[in-house]
Amino acid sequence: MKLQRRYFLIGGAALVGAGVFSVWWSDKAATARAERLTTGPGQSSFAGWLKIANDDTVTIYSPHIDFGQGSHTALAQMLADELDADWGTVRVEQAPADYAFGNTSIAKLFVPTMSGHPDVMKRLPDPVFSLLARNVPLQITGGSSAIRGTGQYGMRVVGAAARRALLATAADRLGVPETELTAAKGRITHTRTGKVLRYGELAEAAARRDLRDAPALKTRDQYTFIGKPIDRFDIPGKVNGSAQYGMDVIRPDMRVATVIAAPVRGGKLLSVDHGPAMAVKGVEKVIALDDAVVVVASGYWPALKGVRALAPKFSDGGHGHLDTAGIYAAQAQLIAQAKPDNHYGAGDVAAALHAPGARVLHAEYRVPFLHQAAMEPFAMTGHHADGKLEVWGATQDPLQTRNLLAQFSGLSIDNVTFHPMIMGGGFGRRFPPYTQIIEQIARVAMQVDHPVKLIWSREEDVKQGAYRPQSLGQLQAALGHDGTITGWQTDYAQFADAESEVVFPYRVPATARRHFKYISNQVDAYWRSVNSTQHGFYNESFIDELAHLAGADPYRFRRAHLPAGGRHLAVLDAVAQRSGWGTPLPSGTGRGIALVESFGTICAHVIEASVTPDGTPKVHHVWAVVDCGTTVNPRNAQAQVQGAVLMGLSTALGEAITLTGGAVDQSSFPDYPVLKLADAPPIDVHFIESDAPIGGIGEPGLPPAAPALANALFVATGKRIRHLPIAGQLA
Amino acid sequence: MAIEAQVNGKPVTFHVDDDTPLLWALREELGLTGTKFGCGIAACGACSVHVDGAVMRSCSVPVGTIAGKSITTIEALGSADAPHPLQVAWIAHQVPQCGYCQSGQLMAAAALLATTPHPSDDQIDAAMTNICRCATYPRIREAIHAVAGAGA
Repeated sequence: MKLQRRYFLIGGAALVGAGVFSVWWSDKAATARAERLTTGPGQSSFAGWLKIANDDTVTIYSPHIDFGQGSHTALAQMLADELDADWGTVRVEQAPADYAFGNTSIAKLFVPTMSGHPDVMKRLPDPVFSLLARNVPLQITGGSSAIRGTGQYGMRVVGAAARRALLATAADRLGVPETELTAAKGRITHTRTGKVLRYGELAEAAARRDLRDAPALKTRDQYTFIGKPIDRFDIPGKVNGSAQYGMDVIRPDMRVATVIAAPVRGGKLLSVDHGPAMAVKGVEKVIALDDAVVVVASGYWPALKGVRALAPKFSDGGHGHLDTAGIYAAQAQLIAQAKPDNHYGAGDVAAALHAPGARVLHAEYRVPFLHQAAMEPFAMTGHHADGKLEVWGATQDPLQTRNLLAQFSGLSIDNVTFHPMIMGGGFGRRFPPYTQIIEQIARVAMQVDHPVKLIWSREEDVKQGAYRPQSLGQLQAALGHDGTITGWQTDYAQFADAESEVVFPYRVPATARRHFKYISNQVDAYWRSVNSTQHGFYNESFIDELAHLAGADPYRFRRAHLPAGGRHLAVLDAVAQRSGWGTPLPSGTGRGIALVESFGTICAHVIEASVTPDGTPKVHHVWAVVDCGTTVNPRNAQAQVQGAVLMGLSTALGEAITLTGGAVDQSSFPDYPVLKLADAPPIDVHFIESDAPIGGIGEPGLPPAAPALANALFVATGKRIRHLPIAGQLA
Repeated sequence: MAIEAQVNGKPVTFHVDDDTPLLWALREELGLTGTKFGCGIAACGACSVHVDGAVMRSCSVPVGTIAGKSITTIEALGSADAPHPLQVAWIAHQVPQCGYCQSGQLMAAAALLATTPHPSDDQIDAAMTNICRCATYPRIREAIHAVAGAGA
C-alpha cells in the first residue's frame, strides 16, 4: 500500500540543502523495499511498517531500538489502536538496518509546517535535528523522539490508513457501503447482516489499494490501547536469560577480542611489541590500529590477559596539558573575554543590572563530564567472508552503523549487513559517530579469518567514553523594587550552543543567553537529556538563589514569574500540592523544588533531603509531576520518570569524570559510583494528561533532579551547592 | 585443566585454565549467555550466579575453585512451566528496562529469599547491591515484597 507522499516531500524540502531529494526519494522507494525485506508468502505489507498475515498475525516493524524505554510496545499500541487490532495477535520486530526504515517520521516532527505547532522547532533537541539535516540516511533512537515522532506521525497514520484500506476492501467484498461496517479487534463486521471478515482474509487485497487521503486519527475518547498499562513484549525474555544482547552473540568457530586505546583522546599508537601478548596461551593475533591495540584470542579471558601483557606507547595528541581544573579555568577565562560565539535574548539586561536600587546576584556553576555507564559494555561481532561483512551489535542508529561499517571496511553498502541486537542501555552513548567499536570491529573483522567478537572491558568503557560535557555557567540577575526579576543573563562555556534545547519558562523583561564555545579533546556527546541537564541545574539553582535573596518562598517566587493559566504553572502547582509544600519538616531536613521543560515535556520535582553527620546527603522522598500531553503506556512512563530521577540524583550526588594529563582518571564503578537500591528514595510520579502535543518521556524526568536536590540541601544546611557532584562538599 | 562441576543440575567439565573466571567459562564454554559481563571486578553484580546455593559474582570466581560444586544460573532459576516466583513477580511488576542487569538482580533476590523469606526493607537494602543504571530499584523492591508476602 502506498501512503500519500506529498507531505514527506514538503518535510524533506524543509531540511537543508542536499537532503531534500534523498528524503523524498528514499521514502518513495522505501515502501517497496521494506516489503521485500520483511514480507513472505501469506503476508501483506502496509507502508513497510505493518505486516498482516493470512492467519491474522499483526507484525509491527519498529525503526527504533528499544533499550529499556519500552518504545517497541508503545509504538505497537499506537499503530494497533488506529488499526483496531486484536492485541493478542500483535507482535513487534526490530526493523532491518536499511534506508527503507529511515527517520522520515522523525524528520517530520522536526518540521514545523508539518507538526501543526509552529513553535515546536525551537523546542527541539538540536543535536538530533542537526544530524538529520546533514546526514539523511539515519535510523536514530534519541531525542525522546520515538513516540512523539515515529509514533505520532508514522505508526498512527499507517495504522489508520491500513484500517481504511481493510474497510474499503470489506465493503467491496460484501457489496455494502463502508458506512455500514465497523472495525474492532481485528475483524470487520457488517452490523445489519452479522457478516464478519477477519483482517487476515482481507489483508492481501487491502495491501494493493492506493489510499491518497491522509486518514483521520482517533481522538482521546476513542483510544483502546493508547493510555493503557499494557505489558511490554520484551520483559519475559529479560527475566529468564534468553534475551540476546550484542554481548551474547555466538557464531560458529568464533574468536574473542578486546582492546586498549590511547588513554589521552586524540592520541595515536606509536609502537607496540606484540610478543608479550602472543606469549599468552590462547592469544592468536595482535592487531595495531591507528589509536588502539586489539588482541584476538580463543576467549575473552586470554584476550584480556594478552592486552594486559602489552606495553603500547601512545602519543597524547597534544592534549597532555588538559586537566579538570584547567578546563574550568579556561572556560571562566573565555567568558571573561566577553566575546560570545552566540548571543540570544531580548531586552536591555545591562540596564536592569545597573538600575538604581536593583539587588543584583552573581553565581558561577560548574558541572563535570558525565559517563552514561550503561550496564552492557560495548560488544560487536563481525564476520568477513566472500567479500561480505556481517556485523551484530547494538547502537542507537543501525542504518548509520551499517554505513560506517561499509566506510571502514571499504566494502560497498550492499555487501554489508548489520544485525541490530538488544541493547543493555544507551543513554546517548551509542550514537554511531562516536561509537568507536564500529570502526574497530570493521577493521578487526577484515583481518581475522573467523567470526570475531570484540568486547570492551569496563575500564575501556569508562576511560574511552563520550561524556556529557564539562561546563561552566556564570549567571547574573537583578531584582526590582517589587521583588521580581527585572533582568537575567546566562553566560556559559561548553562546546555546543544549547539555545535550541533549553526552555526558559519564566517571564523576565530582559534576558540574555551567551554561548562561549569551549573545545577540549573530548567528543561532544549526547547524555540523557543532553543540554537540559546542566542548564536545568544552572537556571533552577539560580532562580532559587534569587527567591532566597528576595525573601520569598521558592515555589511562590517561581509561580509569580510564570504565565497564568499555563502548563508550567499547572505542573508547578501540582507538585507543590502533592508534596505538601509549606508544611513543617523536622529540623535539618529541607525541601527543594525545580521545574524544567525538555523534549516537549514539562516536569517538576520536589525533593526532601537531609545530611548525615558525616556530610552525606540523604534523599528521603521525591515527588515528580509530568505533563507530556498523553502517556501512551502510563506504567512504562512512570518507570521512565523514576529511572530518570534516580539517574539525575546519582550524577548529582557522586558522579564525575575528571582528567589528568588529558586522560580520564576513573576506570570502573568503584571510582564512578552509580546509585544503588539502598539509596533509592520513594518516588511519587503524577502525570497531567491533556490534548497538548505528545512530549518525550525517556529524558525529561532527569534535569530537575539535581537542582531540586541542591535547593533542598540549601534549606537543610544553609550551604549552596554550585558545583556538581555534591560529594565531599557538605562534610 | 579439566574441572568437573554441576551446572544447572547437569555434570559438566570445563577445559579452561584454572584462573579463568567462572563467568567466561559459563558464557563461552557452555553458551549460557544469560549471566552477564558488567565490570569484571565484582562491583556491579550483573554476573551473579548461585554456587552451592550462595550468590556469587562469577566474574571474580576462578573456575579452578568450583570443582565439585553446584552452579545455578538464570537459565535454571525456573523453567518455562515452573518459573521461579520472583520471575513471575518481575513480569507482573514489569521490573526490567534495558534488562541487562536483571539476571543478576534475580539471582541475588532469589538467594536473599532462600535465607530470609520475609525480608525487611533494610534487609533488601543490604542484600540487593547489584547496580541497575536504568534504576529499576523501586520495582525490584516491590516485586521482592510481593513474593515474600505471597509466601507468608
